[in-house]
Amino acid sequence: MVIGSTIVGILASAIRLATPYLYASIGEMFGQMSGVLNLGVDGIMLMGAYAAFFTALNTGSAALGLMAAVGVGAIFGLIMAFVSVSLRAEQGISGIGLYLFGLGMSTLLFGMTVGTVQTVNGFPPISIPFLSDIPWVGDILFRHNVLTYGAFALVPIAWFIINKTPLGLKVRAAGQNPEAADSLGVKVVQVRYITVVVGGILSGIAGASLSIALLNVFQQNLTNGMGFIAVALVYFGGWRPLGVLAGAMLFSTVNAIQMWLQVQGIGVPADFALMMPYVVTILVLAAMAKRRVYAPAALNKPFERGG
Amino acid sequence: MGNKKDWNTLSSLTPLFAVLVALLIGALMLVALGVNPLVAFRALFMGAFGNWNAIADTVVKAVPLLFVGLGICIAFRGGVLNIGGEGQLVVGALSATAVTLSFPHLPGWALILISLIAGGLAGAIWGGIAGFLKAYFNVNEILSTIMLNYIAVYLMNYLLRGPMMDPLQVKLGSFIPQTMRFPRAADLPRFAPTRLHLGVIIALVLAVLVYVFLWRTTIGFRVRMVGANTRAALLAGVNVKRYMVLSILLAGMLAGLGGAVEVLGVHHRMFTDGTAFGFTGSAGFNGIVTALFGQLHPIGTIPASFLFGALLTGANKMQRVVQVPSALIGALNGLIVLLVAGSEILRRSSVRRGKVGTSIPDEGGEEW
Repeated sequence: MVIGSTIVGILASAIRLATPYLYASIGEMFGQMSGVLNLGVDGIMLMGAYAAFFTALNTGSAALGLMAAVGVGAIFGLIMAFVSVSLRAEQGISGIGLYLFGLGMSTLLFGMTVGTVQTVNGFPPISIPFLSDIPWVGDILFRHNVLTYGAFALVPIAWFIINKTPLGLKVRAAGQNPEAADSLGVKVVQVRYITVVVGGILSGIAGASLSIALLNVFQQNLTNGMGFIAVALVYFGGWRPLGVLAGAMLFSTVNAIQMWLQVQGIGVPADFALMMPYVVTILVLAAMAKRRVYAPAALNKPFERGG
Repeated sequence: MGNKKDWNTLSSLTPLFAVLVALLIGALMLVALGVNPLVAFRALFMGAFGNWNAIADTVVKAVPLLFVGLGICIAFRGGVLNIGGEGQLVVGALSATAVTLSFPHLPGWALILISLIAGGLAGAIWGGIAGFLKAYFNVNEILSTIMLNYIAVYLMNYLLRGPMMDPLQVKLGSFIPQTMRFPRAADLPRFAPTRLHLGVIIALVLAVLVYVFLWRTTIGFRVRMVGANTRAALLAGVNVKRYMVLSILLAGMLAGLGGAVEVLGVHHRMFTDGTAFGFTGSAGFNGIVTALFGQLHPIGTIPASFLFGALLTGANKMQRVVQVPSALIGALNGLIVLLVAGSEILRRSSVRRGKVGTSIPDEGGEEW
């Protein structure tokens, strides 16, 4: 039974930890499918986390905190869209700029407005009636906060939008062949703005899920590179929502095991345990090389009418 | 409209406009935070240039930026987006530290020399891993270098809290994660009484060497060719994969050297606060900013490093005087990158620009 409860604990924690990865990766996936690589995800997550934390701290309302994160995420998405789509900047570089900006701004604002380590009342876990009483499964799946449920709901929603709606078709067209899409009347620039702003909003929510749902604290560089892993997960997932879900679960499980190892004080030095997610990311990206995946053909390529 | 030459001069000034715009936005942010921007910027300026010691500190801060920036010039020109400066600095410093502490009885010059070599080698390996993965496994180098940054940090934390920790810290039970102080013989010579050390000369010489390499050698020409037009390079029979690995390997080597120079010239020991920032001060990222600012030209990167060294040195003073966290400068650096990247559109409209960041075309050539 000890082994059983350990596994339940690790899996429940893996589900919880998948939350920020899912929001950020699904958001990034929309952008990439339309042809925009946004490397600033980590910076947006930090800003979203700070905005949500600060708002929740001062109003006592996690819901208002979430709205603040949505607003900040949208603004940062707009900045990225303006620089990368309208000004046609080199996307890898503008994304790093956005990351540095978000990292610096969130540290600055936290230092000026909060300063000390504090906790907030975030979204509490909600036990789903009846389902949460199922042995094992209930503990793993049905005792989470609302943002975690939302993250998993996002996967089928994203799948539906991409595969079953006109907007999804336009997004894919803008990412595969923007010139052809343009000649058929798709407003490529507008589509890319929409996906990048949606990505920004979801990155903001990803940050909020850390600061007002999972950890209920904010500190400098809270995300510690999660946003970059989220970008890697999009490649890992082969630009499909289900693939991203699988990747996010793999990572959060690795993380959960890592945390469990640390708590147990098992022989692995903590630093090597902490290294695991990053090593796994590289190995997984390398292992993907020979697999046939269909990256959006126009990914990372600015679109210029008649260009 | 003026002639093309005027326009080129104008567009080459865009980085300066970017800094001005960033400072303006910074001023607005300060106002919003209830701080008088004039007082803050005055503190910034005095902290960076107020007296000879301040200027020397500015140069000391500029040195790692120049090392990383020079590497970025090679890597970005070669079409490889190396974001791994942080990790390469860290492994370079770690490796130089290990070597210095292993041979404490060697004469100073020999000790310094082998430490620098060790630092450069470690950085080259760290960069080379990402280059190899990009060339032969098609792994996006931006992602792999960022992951390698984190791996380097945890490696550093492990070594400094474990095998490399100062025995005195263990004996006293204080367990501060740092190594022993290096033997005095290994200290890089200083321009006393300031903190300025020989590393600045090494960096300046390397800047000239990188220029010669990129524009006066065949290998350098091929590196640039791969970055500017991968397909043309392929058609010309250049081994594109090998040159991609080479360009990031050299970038890693320069950053690793920078890490070695930091421990030999400034700290005389290796230490960690658990993050990369604690040791590098984000030089691995800011080096990218300086290289972009210097238009990816090694000589242009020299004044750019000085400027950003000044911003970082001044930020510390500003933090003390007006209690604005120095993270403001980090945020402004990010803005400058955004503005420089965004203003490329101006340059492109007059000169058809070679794109930065390339991938190897598929066999089927779909990408083209």
